[in-house]
Amino acid sequence: MTEQTSGADEGGLVFHPMDQFRVTPLFGDGPVGTFTVTNVTLWMGLTVLCIFLLLVLGTSRRSLIPSRIQSIGELAYGFIFKMVEDVSGKDGVKYFPLIMTLFLFIVFSNFLGLLPGAFTTTSHIAVTAVLAMGVFLFVTILGFIKHGFGFLSVFWISSAPLILRPILALIEVISYFVRPLSHSIRLAGNMMAGHAVIKVFAAFIAVISPFSVIAITAIYALEVLVAFIQAYVFAILTCVYLKDALHPHH
Amino acid sequence: MEGDIVQMGAYIGAGLACTGMGGAAVGVGHVVGNFLSGALRNPSAAAGQTATMFIGIAFAEALGIFSFLVALLLMFAV
Repeated sequence: MTEQTSGADEGGLVFHPMDQFRVTPLFGDGPVGTFTVTNVTLWMGLTVLCIFLLLVLGTSRRSLIPSRIQSIGELAYGFIFKMVEDVSGKDGVKYFPLIMTLFLFIVFSNFLGLLPGAFTTTSHIAVTAVLAMGVFLFVTILGFIKHGFGFLSVFWISSAPLILRPILALIEVISYFVRPLSHSIRLAGNMMAGHAVIKVFAAFIAVISPFSVIAITAIYALEVLVAFIQAYVFAILTCVYLKDALHPHH
Repeated sequence: MEGDIVQMGAYIGAGLACTGMGGAAVGVGHVVGNFLSGALRNPSAAAGQTATMFIGIAFAEALGIFSFLVALLLMFAV
């Protein structure tokens, strides 16, 4: 990202849409090492804190008539549970905590990133790649544990004509190994692009201010929607991959 | 000089990779449009299929994301 901002300096642009994604240490100006406390650490911590507040404090005083925060928690639980049940089947319900954790972490870091001045942790491919790679490895290992080498039949589509099967197997293998890539870049790309667009429109404020304000409002509303939908898509694709691991036979 | 031409080619390529966005837009629009036309004919069956629609959107979008990846590689890796 530094390369682009330096290029923008030469072009004489006064705004830097990618500057908001810079990882900086919280204390001092030292270099960012493996264990440096950065703004990413801060906002990830806040994400976990928010989930904790929602689920632990929200359900600490359980009542038959739920309080507002309790009904949000129940709504999220029911929503994800139904999704896992519908997409992965009855066997997939065992892995519901994984999907719930992933969904809540992503949805909260997306929404916290929308606060003005906040840092969006999910806009970094490094963060989403760890999530997606974890899902990929988990699903692959689970498939091999459950079915042994029979898991490889996920690539061999028995309902297709015999002549087509080797070609389809090749396509299936490629699409299988591309999964962690598209899974991670979808989330990071959507978050990064949306925030950069807001910043670009914000830079127009000196030139055409009414247009800029309307455009930022509209894009922000879209981003609130995208923040939720991308978390949902991440969770639902995890369910689809899980279904493939549990039932590899087409 | 040669480096400049390579740089120029990389920037032009990154710009051209943005045309992939159009393809992703067509794909996503096609998925949602067909879902909607089906849903309006049989609204009672629509609620159960929204998850399938989102999976379809995600797969249609993935190819657009690869063009974004190509643009990023050209900007920062070449």
